[in-house]
Amino acid sequence: MIALNIAWTHLTSRKRQTAVSLVGVVLGVAFFLAVSALMRGSEKDFITRLIDNSPHITVSDEFRTARLQPARLRWPDDLVEIAGLRPKNETRGIRGWRYRLGQIDSLPGLRAAPVLVGSAVLLFAGQEQGISLSGILPARMRGVSTIEEKLVEGSLDDLEANPGGIIIGAGLAEKFSLRLGSTVNLVAGGGSNRSLTVVAIFRTGNAGYDESQTYVLLKRAQLLLGRPDRVNRFIIKLADASQALLVANRIEAMGTYKAVSWAEASEDILNVLFVRNVIMYSVVSAILLVASFGIYNTLSTIVMEKTRDIAILKSVGFQARDIRHIFVLEGLIVGTLGSVLGLAVGAGLMQLMASVQIRPPGGTAMVNLPVWWGGEQFLMAAGFALLSCLLAAWLPARKAGRLHPVDILRGAT
Amino acid sequence: MSVVLRAQGLHKILAGDVPTTLIKGVDLEISAGEFVCIMGPSGSGKSSLLYLLGLLDVPTHGTIALDGVNTQGFNDAQLTQLRLEKLGFVFQFHFLLSEFSVLDNVCLPMRRLGRWPEAQCRERAMSLLTRLGVAAQASKLPSQLSGGQRQRVAVARALANDPLILLADEPTGNLDTVASANVRQILHDLTRELGKSVIAVTHDPKFAAGADRRINVVDGQIDPDWQPL
Repeated sequence: MIALNIAWTHLTSRKRQTAVSLVGVVLGVAFFLAVSALMRGSEKDFITRLIDNSPHITVSDEFRTARLQPARLRWPDDLVEIAGLRPKNETRGIRGWRYRLGQIDSLPGLRAAPVLVGSAVLLFAGQEQGISLSGILPARMRGVSTIEEKLVEGSLDDLEANPGGIIIGAGLAEKFSLRLGSTVNLVAGGGSNRSLTVVAIFRTGNAGYDESQTYVLLKRAQLLLGRPDRVNRFIIKLADASQALLVANRIEAMGTYKAVSWAEASEDILNVLFVRNVIMYSVVSAILLVASFGIYNTLSTIVMEKTRDIAILKSVGFQARDIRHIFVLEGLIVGTLGSVLGLAVGAGLMQLMASVQIRPPGGTAMVNLPVWWGGEQFLMAAGFALLSCLLAAWLPARKAGRLHPVDILRGAT
Repeated sequence: MSVVLRAQGLHKILAGDVPTTLIKGVDLEISAGEFVCIMGPSGSGKSSLLYLLGLLDVPTHGTIALDGVNTQGFNDAQLTQLRLEKLGFVFQFHFLLSEFSVLDNVCLPMRRLGRWPEAQCRERAMSLLTRLGVAAQASKLPSQLSGGQRQRVAVARALANDPLILLADEPTGNLDTVASANVRQILHDLTRELGKSVIAVTHDPKFAAGADRRINVVDGQIDPDWQPL
């Protein structure tokens, strides 16, 4: 192909200029890749933490909308007015929870655990602390909650083995100087009280959680809270967290209880992350845009230097289109080479960043920079680089195509 | 003899604050195989006329018919295609692409036309270069050639697509006496041998002496009585 041949010759005959514009694209692509990998990595890291610290889906004993009155159900399309309405008393908790849990269990790709959540007051050596009490089935809880991984002392098995056991957070333990085997007194909302033995201690890093969350066996919680054979929450972990909204809707459609996905519960944070991504991509794209000016500059110079060649080619019978192709090809060559090299350099940078360990100010543990090796940013970096190169080449190419051979011949002869 | 190029009522006026008239009312016919020289004083419009006849420029008024095809109203792409197929150009300066070898320069129009496969393009180019006595220079870059050799390569390129008409703008204007005589000889002999029409703008009376016909252009008009000094 002649156009390609000429384009290649133009580029290789001014190696330094070509190299400079190439380096611009390479650096642009590499930074685009490295920065976006870091930003997306930190986003994923953040979401993972967000998701891990709370269930993907929580089904609670609440309803999204108030229960419809029988009269409204009977005549859904007519105007029904009910005066002095007072909803009937509901027994709190999920009705027929074993049946409903079985239904949820039958859905693919998820694990669910029943929980009874209530509040209680913990008494120890004359001090008191309001706590949140969760009654759990330890065997069910595994793989649904990250609580087991967060245990610093004891284990879920210890709770299973000891019906009078309680798991507390590290914050609470430090506050009341509790250790494994310490006995605490619990007064539940219903008024019943009971002394329990600390069998395990967890640390999540979330201070509020570490100070006020406790776990006991489900049966124990039901007795303490005076709600035998009741649970008021299912917590659900999905194999693929991004399906949460979908699955939550399905669960809600099965029963009438409210199923809230993490995405719904943290919508504000996800919005913030989205905005952050938009900002980040605009900034890194700007780098590439700046790099494309190098190409524009080089190609404009070539067009100026090569006006005579362009005049010859046109007089010999090359169309304006052919001339444009030559210069667009030059932009594409630089763009393609720059993208390939830039992706390689960017991947190297990512590798380097991933291996860096940093101790955050005030932190206790070393942290790895979160780098996300997603394919889409590689595609975006290369795609955007090619696009800006094409744009940068198009303007000089158009100018070259418009050159009139006679104007140049007159000037030269 | 058949007419390959017919120009009627050619005018070329450059627009501007003060419009400049380069060509006013030229009519001429070129027959197949005819060798025509255009002469005239500097700035008389010789080159402008050549550019019009070579379809490089579009007349303000008048028509040009090439090989029986009236080019009036043709767009740039159509004129370019006609140049590619039917015309060959040689300019005062050699105008070869400096980064390409002599052979590639000669192959260039053939590759664009796409009438012959690559191997045949090279074969044709080599046979042209041989006829012009520069075959030994085929793989060299133009900068490694003498002025006369470059101009002969330019002639080879102009003949590459087997054009009807060869247009030359002062082809010997930039050469020393020996090279000039050489190029002149080649143009005369080769074009007669190949049966091409030639339209050449020249200042060189020796060049014009071998022509079938001389056209004098003075102030943008044909003037049969003008004599070079």
